[in-house]
Amino acid sequence: MSRMNLLQAVNNALDTAMAADERVLCFGEDVGIFGGVFRATSHLQEKYGRARCFNTPLVEQGIIGFANGLAAQGSVPVAEIQFADYIYPAFDQLVNETAKFRYRSGNLFDVGGLTVRAPYGGGIAGGHYHSQSPEAYFAHTPGLTVVVPRNPHQAKGLLLASIRSPDPVIFFEPKRLYRASVGEVPDEDYELPLRQAEVIKEGNDITLLAWGAQMEVIEQAAEMAEKEGVSCELIDLRTIVPWDIEIVVQSVLKTGRLIVSHEAPLTGGFASEIAATIQSRCFLYLESPIERVTGLDTPFPLTLEKEYMPGPLKVLDAIHRTMGF
Amino acid sequence: MKTTRSTVKPVHKPIFANGDDIQIPVFTQLKPDGTVYADAGPSSLDQATARRIYRAMLYTRVLDERMLAAQRQGRLSFYMQCTGEEAAVIGSTAALDDADMIMAQYREQGALAYRGFTTDEFMDQLFGNERDTAHGRQMPIHYGSRDLYYLTISSPLATQIPQATGYAYGQKLAGKGNCTLTIFGEGAASEGDFHAALNMASVHKVPVIFLCRNNGYAISTPVAEQFAGDGIAARAFGYRMQSIRVDGNDILAMYEATREARRLAVEHNEPVLIEAMTYRLAAHSSSDDPSGYRSKKEEEAWHKKDPLRRMQRWLIDRGWWNEDEERELTESLRREVLETMKQAEKRRPPALGTLVSDVYAETPPLLREQFEALEAHIRRHPETYPRSAPWLDDDSATEGWA
Repeated sequence: MSRMNLLQAVNNALDTAMAADERVLCFGEDVGIFGGVFRATSHLQEKYGRARCFNTPLVEQGIIGFANGLAAQGSVPVAEIQFADYIYPAFDQLVNETAKFRYRSGNLFDVGGLTVRAPYGGGIAGGHYHSQSPEAYFAHTPGLTVVVPRNPHQAKGLLLASIRSPDPVIFFEPKRLYRASVGEVPDEDYELPLRQAEVIKEGNDITLLAWGAQMEVIEQAAEMAEKEGVSCELIDLRTIVPWDIEIVVQSVLKTGRLIVSHEAPLTGGFASEIAATIQSRCFLYLESPIERVTGLDTPFPLTLEKEYMPGPLKVLDAIHRTMGF
Repeated sequence: MKTTRSTVKPVHKPIFANGDDIQIPVFTQLKPDGTVYADAGPSSLDQATARRIYRAMLYTRVLDERMLAAQRQGRLSFYMQCTGEEAAVIGSTAALDDADMIMAQYREQGALAYRGFTTDEFMDQLFGNERDTAHGRQMPIHYGSRDLYYLTISSPLATQIPQATGYAYGQKLAGKGNCTLTIFGEGAASEGDFHAALNMASVHKVPVIFLCRNNGYAISTPVAEQFAGDGIAARAFGYRMQSIRVDGNDILAMYEATREARRLAVEHNEPVLIEAMTYRLAAHSSSDDPSGYRSKKEEEAWHKKDPLRRMQRWLIDRGWWNEDEERELTESLRREVLETMKQAEKRRPPALGTLVSDVYAETPPLLREQFEALEAHIRRHPETYPRSAPWLDDDSATEGWA
């Protein structure tokens, strides 16, 4: 075990993957000798050489197109998009190519080796273009797997699983937690399961569901609610798609109440999908309407970021509404 | 101030450059009548390769004629012909190693024909039947073959070009001396993916050949409304890439240019851009009518430069081909295509389970539930689903599931 922050855990996972398999390559803008703008790829070029860890020109559609080709060839590319906000030039490559490679060829070709890493989310005074949470766009595309870790231990295990998954994975890293989240991380090579949510705290009265950086927020809300005598069950979804419906259903059958929270805007956010599915599966067990506590339907703001964000008190208010329904 | 080439030299008056002083010639060896230019030198095409090329060209012509007719008869939903561009596609393919990767656009069936894609394989894809390796998931002409190193076609234009750069980067690391050829139209070269691909290939020194079929039109849009520069070949200079413009209807020139491009790519890791000047003698697709955007006179002028006629004359002049052989081969190919088509159109549709397999390596539970609900629905309303309902109990519905 070593004490690491989330960034160090990502770096350690990449190092572990590259050491274990020479087909693993890391590339993106400023990823080479500089080690990435957040330093997630620090020292990888020194250790594994310029052929396996390198800078690319500044062209996201090219990075993902290149990565798709490499994965089809049998390499295991880990491409970095510097901020999730800048992934959209590569949207065509991801949605029309990455996601459909296996299906459209009848499994003659696939890009299962591909992992795309991108820092996402707010809380760093990043304004419109360094704060977005674009997971719902990709969740709407069959063939993609979207994974978001909540802490360093999760980040290393889920990233290693993503790199080795037979399907292409978009791995969104909560950049607000890069240095803020610190914890014990096993030194050895380990994987945590994809497509499986995790109950991180059991409770009886209400289920709170989130992922990534928002886990910390619902944990804070739960602590406040517990002091008022409300027993909260906390679930980290971890894989956004394909998502673990069963674990959420089991929890809501027990608690009868559900709040889903994410930073992305409300309308068309992934919380909507979860709410629709859970109401249809748990209809007769629900004690109150499913609540969504999310960002507003605006571009991501700057000065009024705190007002926009679905902070712990907004979640607590929702708990009160739900419990008092 | 540095570029990668040298320290930039200062001047003290504003001097602009637009590239007009660079003239890119057209490399050609075979005259439009099929005789060889006096100073062209001997071709490196041997008899066996030349005959293999010509057979593939003839095959492609026969296939295209027959399948367009089938589309017109309502037997096939859609078709795209390679007609007029066979030399550009097959000449370049012939200059490769058969294990070099090809990532094409959609009009390059000649490359598959050259590599030995069978008539059964063509037909099963075109009719999307139970033997189509892609289970009838894509429109006709979206072929693919792992064994023949031919990436499955994708409709969005130019997406395969940066993929070719990436694939070739992997080939370079693998060190087996292979390269990738990617083929696209001059219209697709306007896409950002084209520019991304060329720049990355040049920066990372990747063994990839970019072959642009400049056939004059992107559906109806003529080149004059597609770009203002000197064609596609000139774009390579901005990326410091080797570039050549070739008469795309000249089989000898296409073969020689690609052979040399492959040498540069594989031996020196120099990516190469080839601009093949050619013409789409047929419509863009079975849904298109070229009379709305180009003249009969223009089409006739290009018919006189038909790549098949030119190569045929060259082969006959060398004693490597004769008219009897041509007639016999044409007739036997027509029979083969027609008979195979009749078989293919009668085959069953793909198993229902293939609707949901291959989305992921392992089908997720939610998708399995959706499939089971669909299956139950079809059982309730079999008359609405005549393609799948009769086979429900025959098929192992979950056959495709990993």
